[in-house]
Amino acid sequence: MSFSAKELKAFLQSVVETIEENKDYLSELDRKLGDGDHGVTMSIGWQAVQEKLDNEWKDENDCGKISISAGRTFLSAVGSTVGPLYATGFLRGGKEVQGKSELTGEDLNNFWTAFIEGIKERGQAEVGDKTMIDTLQPALDTLKQEYARSGIFAEAFSKAVASGKEGMESTKDLLSKKGRSSRLGERSLGNQDPGATSSYLILKAFESVMTSVQTA
Amino acid sequence: MKKLINNPNRVVEEMIEGYAKAHPHHVRVLEENGRSIVTAKETKEGKVGVLIGGGSGHEPAFMGYVGTGMADGVAVGNIFASPPPDPILEATKAIDKGAGVIYVYGNYAGDLMNFGMAAELAELEADIQVGKVIVTDDVASAPKEEKEKRRGIAGEFFVTKVAGAASEKGYSLEEVVRAANKANDHTRTMGVGLSPCSLPQTGKPSFELEENEMEIGLGHHGEPGVEKGDLQPADQVADRLVQDILADMPIGEGEKVAVLVNGLGSTTKMELYIVYRRVELILNEKGITIHRSFVGDYSTSLEMGGCSVTLIKLDDELTEFVDAAADCPMYVQR
Repeated sequence: MSFSAKELKAFLQSVVETIEENKDYLSELDRKLGDGDHGVTMSIGWQAVQEKLDNEWKDENDCGKISISAGRTFLSAVGSTVGPLYATGFLRGGKEVQGKSELTGEDLNNFWTAFIEGIKERGQAEVGDKTMIDTLQPALDTLKQEYARSGIFAEAFSKAVASGKEGMESTKDLLSKKGRSSRLGERSLGNQDPGATSSYLILKAFESVMTSVQTA
Repeated sequence: MKKLINNPNRVVEEMIEGYAKAHPHHVRVLEENGRSIVTAKETKEGKVGVLIGGGSGHEPAFMGYVGTGMADGVAVGNIFASPPPDPILEATKAIDKGAGVIYVYGNYAGDLMNFGMAAELAELEADIQVGKVIVTDDVASAPKEEKEKRRGIAGEFFVTKVAGAASEKGYSLEEVVRAANKANDHTRTMGVGLSPCSLPQTGKPSFELEENEMEIGLGHHGEPGVEKGDLQPADQVADRLVQDILADMPIGEGEKVAVLVNGLGSTTKMELYIVYRRVELILNEKGITIHRSFVGDYSTSLEMGGCSVTLIKLDDELTEFVDAAADCPMYVQR
């Protein structure tokens, strides 16, 4: 397996595209629970990342620098709630791989562990609160367990994405406990959380890059 | 929904451009960050800086309240979204006069994180002391026992007013924070929504209400409220709003308040004064003295229909600050 800055940029590019494709869907989910702008906010942030991909990062090979810069770029473009959350993920993940242009399975495992734990710490949400943590925590649990068992990162990550998907879907049956939608009570039932959904899309985008690395 | 705009993705930028051009004697946009606006007036050395901010779409809140007697700076977010730490940090540096800066903002997850990160950075990078006052006036958003979970809505106007007047008076950072926190503790708001607003980028209504429906306790961004029901006459709505406020914050006979009847965007002054008429009647009957009244659009949600009623219970100190003069592009008091 070879995962370099090129793949990291391909991952970010893939997130940009999946967010654009799902922009309306994310906003629609958010309209049922919040102010209906999750797709718009994500799009603004990832378009700013796109701009960096097209220019500043063209010749950048330090995975840490790219990830940290992605976090800062996203945060500066959106603010909001998702800004600090996803930014913290990319900043913490980037710190783990600073100065590296090639990442091993171990590096990627550290990246995602720091990414998800950073978001958890920033948002102070728990599983069951109907947030992005409902996707990210089960994904992290599976990743840790499977990577420790097999030592094959790509395989472990795919299983993690499957757990994340289950977690995302579980938010339909949860009551909102965080953020603006927490006042909804029973009315939040039946609706999938937009943050849990965008988190899944990001994991899924990474998985697709891993798959292409594997088959290359 | 129809809007008089150019590019939905540039509404905030174009609004700020227009605002700065219209009021060059009052405000200026920082070169360091286009989302940081500060007062164009000279402020005294040693004065505590007052910084406000939040999402766009609530105009006159928050950028309309930069000026003498109110805020020294504002960080402007995207529509209904907290600004990121950078514009908050840049505005903090620009307005610090050596006495520290107070942040006044509403209790939303995004604002808590972004203003919190900015405060840490201001202390680390610029050695500026920051005090934070989080506004929680929306009665409908959480039960009394969990007041710290409540959202900040129109009552933020009073908290900003008190912080601004206290800092103008020469209070220390600690004292400005104390006074602003007291203002927040003494302030309650209840709102009613009649029709939704739509984000420029999606064009879709933020929530659904039937033609004959209203929603009590609706949030500032269309967050669902406590009760959906048939539209009632203004008097009954006003009764309900005031009743919920007084149940939450008892105000005795002979006590003094300031009243704010706030339009949410598309509600006419006519309707707001009809509501005020009833609010005055109820308070009068209870022997509560109305010291000062504010009726108009003070904190909106784009073109949302409906209004909110805010009461701030006044002691001598808060009375002085509510009465203090203010001179901002969107709010002047003599």
